[in-house]
Amino acid sequence: MEQAKAHQLAVTAAKARLLAMDMVHTAASGHIGGSLSVMDILTSLYFSVLRADPRKPRDPDRDRFVLSKGHCTPALYAVLALRGYFPEADLKLFRSIEAHYSGHPDMVYVPGVDMSTGSLGQGISAAVGMALAGKLDGKDYRVYAVLGDGEIEEGQVWEAAMSAAKFKLDNLCAVVDVNGLQIDGKTADVMPSEPLDAKFLAFGWHVIYADGHDFTSLEDAFAQAQVWKGTPAVVLSRTVKGKGVSFMENDAGWHGKAPNDEQYEKAMAELRTALAEREGK
Amino acid sequence: MSEKIATRAAYGDAIVTLAARDPQVVALDADLSGATMSKKFSQTYPERFFNLGIAECNMMGVAAGLATCGKKPFASTFAMFAAGRAFEQVRNSIAYPRLNVKVVGSHGGLSVGEDGATHQCCEDFAVMRAVPNMLVCCPCDAHEMEQAVEALAAYDGPAYLRLGRLAVENVTPSMPGYRFELGKGAVLRDGTDVAIAATGMMVQMALQAAEALAAEGISARVLDLHTIKPLDEALILQAAQETGAIVTSEEHNIIGGLGAAVAEYLSGVCPVPVVRHGVGDTFGRSGKAPLVLEHYGLTPAVLAEKARAAVALKAR
Repeated sequence: MEQAKAHQLAVTAAKARLLAMDMVHTAASGHIGGSLSVMDILTSLYFSVLRADPRKPRDPDRDRFVLSKGHCTPALYAVLALRGYFPEADLKLFRSIEAHYSGHPDMVYVPGVDMSTGSLGQGISAAVGMALAGKLDGKDYRVYAVLGDGEIEEGQVWEAAMSAAKFKLDNLCAVVDVNGLQIDGKTADVMPSEPLDAKFLAFGWHVIYADGHDFTSLEDAFAQAQVWKGTPAVVLSRTVKGKGVSFMENDAGWHGKAPNDEQYEKAMAELRTALAEREGK
Repeated sequence: MSEKIATRAAYGDAIVTLAARDPQVVALDADLSGATMSKKFSQTYPERFFNLGIAECNMMGVAAGLATCGKKPFASTFAMFAAGRAFEQVRNSIAYPRLNVKVVGSHGGLSVGEDGATHQCCEDFAVMRAVPNMLVCCPCDAHEMEQAVEALAAYDGPAYLRLGRLAVENVTPSMPGYRFELGKGAVLRDGTDVAIAATGMMVQMALQAAEALAAEGISARVLDLHTIKPLDEALILQAAQETGAIVTSEEHNIIGGLGAAVAEYLSGVCPVPVVRHGVGDTFGRSGKAPLVLEHYGLTPAVLAEKARAAVALKAR
């Protein structure tokens, strides 16, 4: 990828992190840790990879995106707003009774959301259905689904994985946000899921590795998935939970906790500095 | 008496007829296509049939995904697994986003017979009707099932459809003025002393019970409530006002199903006696289906007893 493009994506992601932090602080609830880990993946998808037009969110030929780890709405809504699906000002209504920007993605009310998710393990099945429909209709759209590495403890994920391989859904690309943490602690302690690559290989998937905070690495991974034929592909994307905020990084305690005012100011200061650095100010 | 046909057989034929006309109709099954009768669809339209294997939760999610792309999925398995195993997938991936998926539960109730309690689902109406956006339908015979499938295909939204295992008498074709409409019950027999509101194959038993009651001088109205949700409140209210006593009958736990729905509704608007006939709060057991039904009191004779009890309550 061109250096300039990677740089632009990094700027966008830095802006999105600020928005996400603001959403969670304003709502005084929400999942910031995983949102910060998945932010670069979502930025790469929405600003570089997906064939999607915010003016036509229901275009039947659009690429689909399913946030199977649905609790990371701070990341998804921030990216959707920046991409132009709805006004940035609406993010103030995250988790508010005044609007429908609910805690988990809602396809009925939020433009750009292709599937309502939130109950872990379910989004990937819907993505399989979307990819099947694409094959059935002879359409060339692609389907992307982002899962958490804690989420894949749900058995349904592996039911879905088996079915995607059975139907040879090479138009489906799953991404696992491998941050190594879940609510109760380290994924390795709560329920060891490694080796992820061997598991997906055994289920008939093509495995691609990426650094989930390196836009060139992500773009290369998606490009590889796009040309791969005959089986679904998964991008195992290494990330850092809480990425970008020093005191949140690699701390499971920030899975679903909102920062208090002091923590918020500190986090915003760090994120603003990061943005300024990327913008070259 | 006409030839007996199981509603699952009628379902299997109906979705094939439907698919011939509507290319968006797709069918999914979870390794039970021979039993749910979606097999004929799989043979007629193999490219539009998806066998998801023994993985009902994923099947419901895949159906949801297909629906987001404009497909009209009919996803079938046993009632136990459609409403039970995959309950949360039906709730969160289908009903919550109001997706156009027909969740089809075959082998509902005790008439599964020999397989026993683990496969005899008597809770599906209760759990499915408790989910917002869900329509719940349980046709009584083949003729009604054909029309239900047509109507459900035309209905753009999530629905649960229960199929029966046993071959049952086709009673609705000969009913004068019978007309199927989703959400509207049908009066199959008029009566003034008591009204029996039945669903599924208990409708046939209700007609037999009404005949027996007539011989004793009790005039029983028979309501065919193929749609359990939304409940045909107008028809039930009218029956309550005109007869003064209601008996509900269903191949389902008396907790949470049709009887509960009728009692919940009438208690607020016209509190006449409501006697619930169904499976007492108990699990089933193995046996030949007719013997299992008899063991648990799902017979016209027991239904007639419940009707007498309802009539007696009026006098108090």
